[in-house]
This record gives sequence, C-alpha cells and structure tokens, in this order.
Amino acid sequence: MKSLMDGSASRIRGIAIVCAAGLLAACGNPSSSNNTSGTNTASAPGITATTITIGSTQPLTGPAAPGYSEIAPASNAYFQYLNAHGGIFGRKITYQYLDDGYNPTNTASQTRKLILETKVFAMFSSLGTPTHLAVVDYINSEKVPDLFVSSGCNCWNDVSKYPNTFGWQPDYTIEGKILGQYITQSLSGKKVGYFYQNDEFGLDGVKGLDAQLGASSIASRQNYVPTNTNVGPQIAALQASGAQVVVSFTIPAFTALALLTAAKLGYHPIWVVSNVGSDITTLTGLLKAFSKGAAGGQLLGGMVTDAYLPLVGDSSNPWITLFKGIHDQYISTLPWDEAFKAAGRNPTRSSFVKSLESTKLSNGPALAPFGYSSSNHLGVLGVQVATIGADGTETTTGPVYTSSDSGPISQYGGSASSPPANGIP
Amino acid sequence: MVAVHSRLDRLASRTLGGHLLLALGAAVLLLLLSTQIGAYDNYNLTAVAIFAVAAAGLNLLTGLNGQLSLGHGALMAIGAYTASLLLKDHELPVVLVLLLSVLSTGLIGIVFGYAAARLRGPYLAGATLTLAVALPQVATRYKSIFGGESGLTVPPTTPPAWLGPDFPPERWLAWIAVAAAVVTFVLLANLLRSSAGRAFRAVRDNEAAAALAGIDVARTQVLAFVISAACAGLAGALFAYWSGVTAPAGFGVTLSLQLVTAIVIGGLGSLAGAVWGSLVLVFVPSLTSGMASTLNVPSAIANNLPLAIYGGILVIAMLVAPHGIQGTLTRILTIGRARWGHTPAGGQKGVVDWDDPASDP
Amino acid sequence: MSRFFVLSLNGLTQGAIYAAMALALVMIWRATQVINFAQGAMAMFTTYLALFAIDHGVPYWLAFLVALSSGLILGAIVERVIVRPVESAPPLNVVILTLGLLLFLEALAPMLFGGQIRSFPPAFSIVGLHFGNSQVAFSPFDAFTLGSVLAVMVLLLVLFQKTDLGLRMRAAAFNPDVSRLLGIRVGRMLTLGWSLASLVGALAGVLIAPSLLLYPTFMDQVLVFGFTGAVLGGLDSAVGAVVGGLLMGFALSYVGGYLGSDLETVGALVILIAVLMVRPRGLFSRHRLRQA
Repeated sequence: MKSLMDGSASRIRGIAIVCAAGLLAACGNPSSSNNTSGTNTASAPGITATTITIGSTQPLTGPAAPGYSEIAPASNAYFQYLNAHGGIFGRKITYQYLDDGYNPTNTASQTRKLILETKVFAMFSSLGTPTHLAVVDYINSEKVPDLFVSSGCNCWNDVSKYPNTFGWQPDYTIEGKILGQYITQSLSGKKVGYFYQNDEFGLDGVKGLDAQLGASSIASRQNYVPTNTNVGPQIAALQASGAQVVVSFTIPAFTALALLTAAKLGYHPIWVVSNVGSDITTLTGLLKAFSKGAAGGQLLGGMVTDAYLPLVGDSSNPWITLFKGIHDQYISTLPWDEAFKAAGRNPTRSSFVKSLESTKLSNGPALAPFGYSSSNHLGVLGVQVATIGADGTETTTGPVYTSSDSGPISQYGGSASSPPANGIP
Repeated sequence: MVAVHSRLDRLASRTLGGHLLLALGAAVLLLLLSTQIGAYDNYNLTAVAIFAVAAAGLNLLTGLNGQLSLGHGALMAIGAYTASLLLKDHELPVVLVLLLSVLSTGLIGIVFGYAAARLRGPYLAGATLTLAVALPQVATRYKSIFGGESGLTVPPTTPPAWLGPDFPPERWLAWIAVAAAVVTFVLLANLLRSSAGRAFRAVRDNEAAAALAGIDVARTQVLAFVISAACAGLAGALFAYWSGVTAPAGFGVTLSLQLVTAIVIGGLGSLAGAVWGSLVLVFVPSLTSGMASTLNVPSAIANNLPLAIYGGILVIAMLVAPHGIQGTLTRILTIGRARWGHTPAGGQKGVVDWDDPASDP
Repeated sequence: MSRFFVLSLNGLTQGAIYAAMALALVMIWRATQVINFAQGAMAMFTTYLALFAIDHGVPYWLAFLVALSSGLILGAIVERVIVRPVESAPPLNVVILTLGLLLFLEALAPMLFGGQIRSFPPAFSIVGLHFGNSQVAFSPFDAFTLGSVLAVMVLLLVLFQKTDLGLRMRAAAFNPDVSRLLGIRVGRMLTLGWSLASLVGALAGVLIAPSLLLYPTFMDQVLVFGFTGAVLGGLDSAVGAVVGGLLMGFALSYVGGYLGSDLETVGALVILIAVLMVRPRGLFSRHRLRQA
C-alpha cells in the first residue's frame, strides 16, 4: 500500500503548502484596531463560542479529481494541526468540503447546502473556474465571505460586483505576461505557438501572452476541450507551423498528452508550461513509465514554467520544512486559519471582509505579495520563472516579477518572509 | 410493466375530474409543506419537482412507448439554454419563459423524434448517447452566444411583492416548480388514459400488431418523443432558475444517465415511479456527501466513499427491487389485497406484466 | 507530410482504440444481448491491476497477462454475482446495474490505487516510424495496437462463425429457453461470454492506457466512442465493430483537424445519425429491418 501512495505523497505535500499558506497568509498582524480580549460569542453564522465552521466545494471524484482531489484533505490536515495547538482564540475549525465532481450544477447545490443548511461562516478555497463562476453571484448575494478561490481566473477581482470574493493564486493573465516577457528576453527570435484550454483559464493566459509577444507574431494557436483527449491534430498543426517554442496553458493531463503526442511526431519544441500544467509529480510519473527509451529520450528536459510558492524540492526553504513536518504528522486530516486573528475575537462576516482588505498581510510562503485592498481582491501578484531538468528537478531562475492585468511588469524587491514558530500564526 | 402504474392510479382516479382533485390536493399539501421547511429543504423540494418532470417525460417515452433515450439531459439543456438566453437581456415573467422553453424543446424534439422513430433498442440508445455528448459541445464552440464552458448565469426569480418583503426566494421557486410539476402530471395522466396513451403502449408491446390495428407506428413514436422532449424542456428551464447557471458541464452524459436511473429505480412506466426516482436522485447523494470531510480515514477512501455507496445502492436496488419502488409497492399492495380478500387473488399473473420496453429479439 | 496524411494516421491510431472497445461491447452483445456500460470501468480496473504488478517489479509482459487474466475472472464474477440474478428482469435493469458498477469501480480504484494520473508503459516505442528522412505519426506501438485489434477480430469471427462453442453461445444469447431444451448449458455460455468480453476489454485497457494515461475515468470517453463505433458498424458484427471504430477515429480526426477540436463530438453525432438513417442497424448488420 505504501508504494501505491508514493506517487501522490509529494504532490499532497505540495498542495498542503498552498492551502496552509492561505491560512497563514491571511493572519497578518493581529494587533490592528480589533478587540482581541473578552469572551467568545456566537458573533456570526458559523461561529460559536467553541467552533468556526467553514465550507468548500472540491472535485473529489470525476474527471478533475486526479491532481485536485487531495487539496482539501491537505488543508484539513493543517486545520487539525491548528486545532491541536489551541485553534483560533480557542475555537476549533471545522472544515466541511463537499464533492462537486467539477460539475457547476453540483457546485450550485453543494454551495447552497453549505450556506443554507450547514450555515458556514465563510467559503474557503473552493476549486475551479467554471464551477465557482456558477456560485459567485449567489455567495455574494448571501454576503458570505468567499476566500482564496483556487483558480487563477481574473473574474474574482471585481470588488464592486463581488465584494466578498478574494482570489488566491496569481491570475492567469499576469502569469501569461511574465512568461511572455521571459520568452522575449531569453528565447528571442524563435517562432512561438500556443496550446491552451478553451475556457477562461487558457484564454486569460493567452491574453497575457499576446500583450507581451504581439498577437500577430504567433505562428499557430491551437486549443483543446478537456473532454476530448485526442490532441493529435493540434500538435501536428503546431509542428507544421514551425513553432520552436510552444506555450502551454493546460491542465497536467493535457501537458502530458501533448508531450507524448509530440514525441510520437518527433517534434521537440521548447515547452513553456503554466504553473497549473507543470505539476511535477504527474510529469515525473510520465518520465518513469517512458524512461526506457519508449518515448525516444527524455521528455521534460528544458521545459520552462513558473512558480508562486517555494518549490517542493527546495529543502532549504523554511516553509517547506515546516509543511513537510506538519504533513508527515497529520497525514489524513488537515488545516485553516487566521485572517481571524486580524479580525478580532468575535468577527462578523462583514468585519472579517473589511479586516482582510485593510490588514497588510505578510507574504506567507508566497514568493510575491498579496494584492488585497478595498479596491483589489487579487491574490498573489506575481511569479518566478523556473526550469525543469531532464530528471524532473525544478530550479527557479531570475527575479520574482509582479504585475496586474493591464499594468507593467515590475521586479519584486521584497524578501521572502519566514514562518512563525510551529507554523502557528 | 404496463400495469405498474395502473393499480394505484386507478384506485384514485378514473377521470379528468379525479386527476384534478388529486393534483389540487397534492399541490396544497406541498405548498403547506414548503412553508414549514427551511430554505435548503425548499431548494431540494424544487430539485425533486424538476427531476420528476423530466423523469415523467422520459418514462412516457421509455417506459410506455419503448424508446430508450440516453440523451434526455441534452433535451434539458435545450430548455435551460432557451430560458437563459431569454433572461440574458430581458426581464420576462416566469410563465412565459417556461412556455417558450417547452415550445423550443418540443420543436427540436420533432426533428430528433423523426430520427429516433427509425431506430430500435441499442441503436437508439447509441444515437441518443452521442447526442448527450455532442450537444453541450455546441455551447463551448459558440461562446459568444452560449457563454462557453462557464455558461450563462440566470438571474433568480424574485417573489412577487404581495408575498411580502421577507418571503424566501427558495420557497417561491419551490412553488413555481411544484406548480409546473403538478400541471405536467395532470396533463400526462390524462394523456395516458386517452387513445394516444393506448397507442403508445400498443406500439411498445408489438409494433406489427399495432400497425395492423390501424395505428401509425412512426407518428405515435414521434408524438411520444415530442411530448417527452417538451417535459425535458420544461424541466431544463426550471433547472436554469434552480441552479442559477446554465453551463455545458451540467448537462453531460451523467445527467442523462441519472434520469434513466430515476425511472428504473422509481418504477418503469409509471408517473409515480418518476417521483420516487427523483426523490432517490436528490436525497441519496446528499445523505453521504458530508462523509468526505468528516470521516477519519485516508482521504483517498473518504473522498470516494459516497460515490462507491451510490454505485452500490444502484446495484443492490436492481437486485432486490427489479421492478423499481413503485413496482414493489404495487406488488405488496396486490399481495395484501389478495390476502385480505378484497380482490380475487389467485392466478392474477397478468396484473403485473413486466414486459420490457427495449427488447428487440 | 501533408496535413491530410497526418490526420489520417492520427485517425487510424485513435480508431484502433475505439475499435478495441467496440469489439468488447459487440462481444458481450452477441453473447448476452446486453450493453455493458461498465465495460470501460472494468478495463480501467484491470489496467490498474497490471500497473500495480509493474510497480512491484513484475516484467511488462507478465503484467500484460495479469490484466488479461483478471479481466477474464472479473467478467465471470460480474456475470455470476450481479447480472445473473436479474436475467429475467427487464433489460433496462441490466443497464442500470452496469451503470452502478461503473460508478462503484470508478470510486473503488482511487481508494485502492490512489486517484492521481499515472502513466502506463507501452509495449513498444511510441515514437513515430522513420521513412527516409521523414517521421510519420505512426509508432511501433500503434502497429501493435492495430495488429492486436485485428487479431482479436479474426479470433472472434472464427469463434462465432466456425466453432461449435460459438454457435452454442449465440444460441444461448438469442433464445435461452430453446437452447436449454437442446441441451446447451445456457448459464455457462453466458458466463463465458462475459468473461471473453471482459478479456477483450482488459486488452483494450492496456493498449489504450499508454497514450491516454491512466486515471479512474480514463475509459469514459473511449466507452462512448467505442459504443458509437459499434452501433455504426452494427452490434452483431465483429468486422462492423472494427470498421465502425476506425471510421469514428478517422471522422473525429478530420473534424478536429479541419473544423476545430471542439466540434469533434458534434461531427460524431452527425455522422452516426446520417449512417443510421440509411442503415438503422449499422453498416454490417445482416439482419432484416424489423420495422413496420
């Protein structure tokens, strides 16, 4: 059984970092104007004197489950850790995550279950663009805080329409811009083609790429729909266009399918893959099965990607050490948080949202700062480019860049923050 | 299973008047119920009503007319997209939106109905399954109209002013859905008693004999398909209001197969079976969905346990109640009545004649 | 290489995959008159078993045999334990039963083997063959896949048309009562039919997994297109299954290549309906139309 799980263990750990980071990041400095003394009261729906209940919708089964089903359990492990160390103002966190199978209709009904029946205080880290778009209007109409949506769609950053929704990872347009800049700087003169998912994920990424590379210079633009695994025609078209660099806004399975199809065609461009699609466990798993030359040499070497969190393999990073420690200890259950501490002992839904907007958060483990303010609900503002070696090891390269959807790209000068003792904010 | 519905139904109602009375009673009961339950229960009540409409339509087609459709989810999508497109730029009364959705789905149903009338058994199943896979892709392709993968958002229906400012929107939607379901059931129940209903069954039981008796087989099949599509269109439009979003992923093969599951588990060929099946569809998954985050077992197991249980329930249900919930109830009733001597019992084999709709020897 | 040529080769390799699944479906249809919606999930499960063996150091070809033999056993178990008791129930019940089994297996597999995407090793290189100085989109492994599918087709043809056993299986499927009178062990024939179909499915699994990657739902799409292919070719014909599956592969590849990948399924629908309107029982069906 152990060896069966090996493949996913490192990925789970990677995800745990993401989620735990969400918690820690929001913790900020607890000292702000709020009242932290006194006794616990049932100050808002989902908050009692002893518990805080939060909810989430996740693809635990179905087509999106591979790669994403372990995120919520990993978060839950961190919450257990937090609970075991006293919780938040003595309250234990209950994290209710429900399966939506990546089907927006299910997301709609599960979200209502959480808000109307379970009466959660807030939604936390719900996953997916099409799924969360189905409920973002509803969640805001119910005035429920909607934190750290696990999707890089820039749809979440709309303060006037969605005052309660906060993004999390760098939005795909920012990511596209920074990858585009890397191509103009480091791969200049090469013909560029795109391979992207035909939805907000891919299209937002392409928007950012086009802003840097110039829409007219692209040799070929190919897209796919995730329900169709035959990518042969698209990869053949990229090859025929003579593209020497292929930028790929794909989910991990389609990165792998594209690599295999390209190997079959004897097509060896430089792959530039978005953070979502470069999941290293999936890709090194590929490497393993095709390592005996069946794919005509190694598949990954020279791949370019980007990161907004420290790389899982980077054992010198104190955040990685911390999360590995937590994860090894709390393998099956996990974590949440601390925007609460900033919001004071007895927050309401609206005071909680205000506090998140007004508190200057530390970066937590993220490489770039968060964008939260009263006019901006973007999550992490930037990424660092990384390269993947033939053996599957990732190395970051160059500085961390930050940007916004329409603004210029700038180099981030701040330094990484280090974790609080025990990982308890 | 012709008679699956007949016994119970016959007890209660022989006439249009009887149907109306029964429906009125059911409607009043459900409206009363909706005022006593919370918002989430009203939301689920709405879901049951929606699935009951779609499943009743499918049961007419599959259970009574013998045409197996694995693509009814796609027909619901047509209704849902019609409603969503109508509501995109205009504020329209709910009744108008529902009627137009029924109309559009019914019209498209004519086209599919003619194609379906030429096909039998697994060939019809294959064609309709492909429909279920293909139709949502149209929405992805023509993004500017249908909103692509993330679909179209549907504004919620606001309760009319006379119900007061604090009237919960969930209860209002439940009223709409229940009213739509009751109207649908009354119309279908009367249809089944009419000559058209008898023609449906005759065609299912033996096409050649039906043709000899002067029934236009192809026309009967097209009619069944169109009525069934109209029900799916109505359900789809309600579905759009209910979920608040109309996206291709919501209308995949899964939905179509869920509807087939509902009519088989509920009871093939009976209107009551459609209701039982919808109750199962809505409530069985919600019994287990909380497990993932609360069970203290490895996540790979906890995440998948609800799905495994649901699959297991389907298998077990087919093994212990092969004629569905309604079939089982009818049987219990028949046995009971025989025992207490209300009806002559012995050798009543014909009362429950489980003939199969899709058999094609 | 011209675009048409590339798309044709792509269609051929994809088509071989659909043909493999279509063969399994036809096999079970001929043996028991059932459409087995769990066929894909059963193949997924046996492929996971093979990967489990490979992860534990078992050589590739032995793992290949693990998949095939577990397919054989799984088919027999499913028939005996689940399908047999509903033999006399309406045929739709078996459809729901296989759907339930599909969901159950797709939930069980990640519990046992983890839900992550895995890659499955191919028997031969997946790199396209070289002709002169150009490389074509057809690999030794594709050749192996196509060859296996054709071989299975021939074996099934021989089994059903030329052997006594095949004749008995067909008789048992079409008229169990008369067959019993003739002394055919109907139950045994049905179990054998499921076993063999599940074996063909298991073969399809190990042939498909290297190019589609292995995860619990990886066969869902293949099942749909395999079913479409089988219906296109005619459910009674092994040749029809292969031709139908290949046609599906070509059609999807051309539609995807020339019109856009998001129109592929719509293309499949149009083609299927067009063919069925002319031949309502598929291209290769030899049965007379029952229509009035």
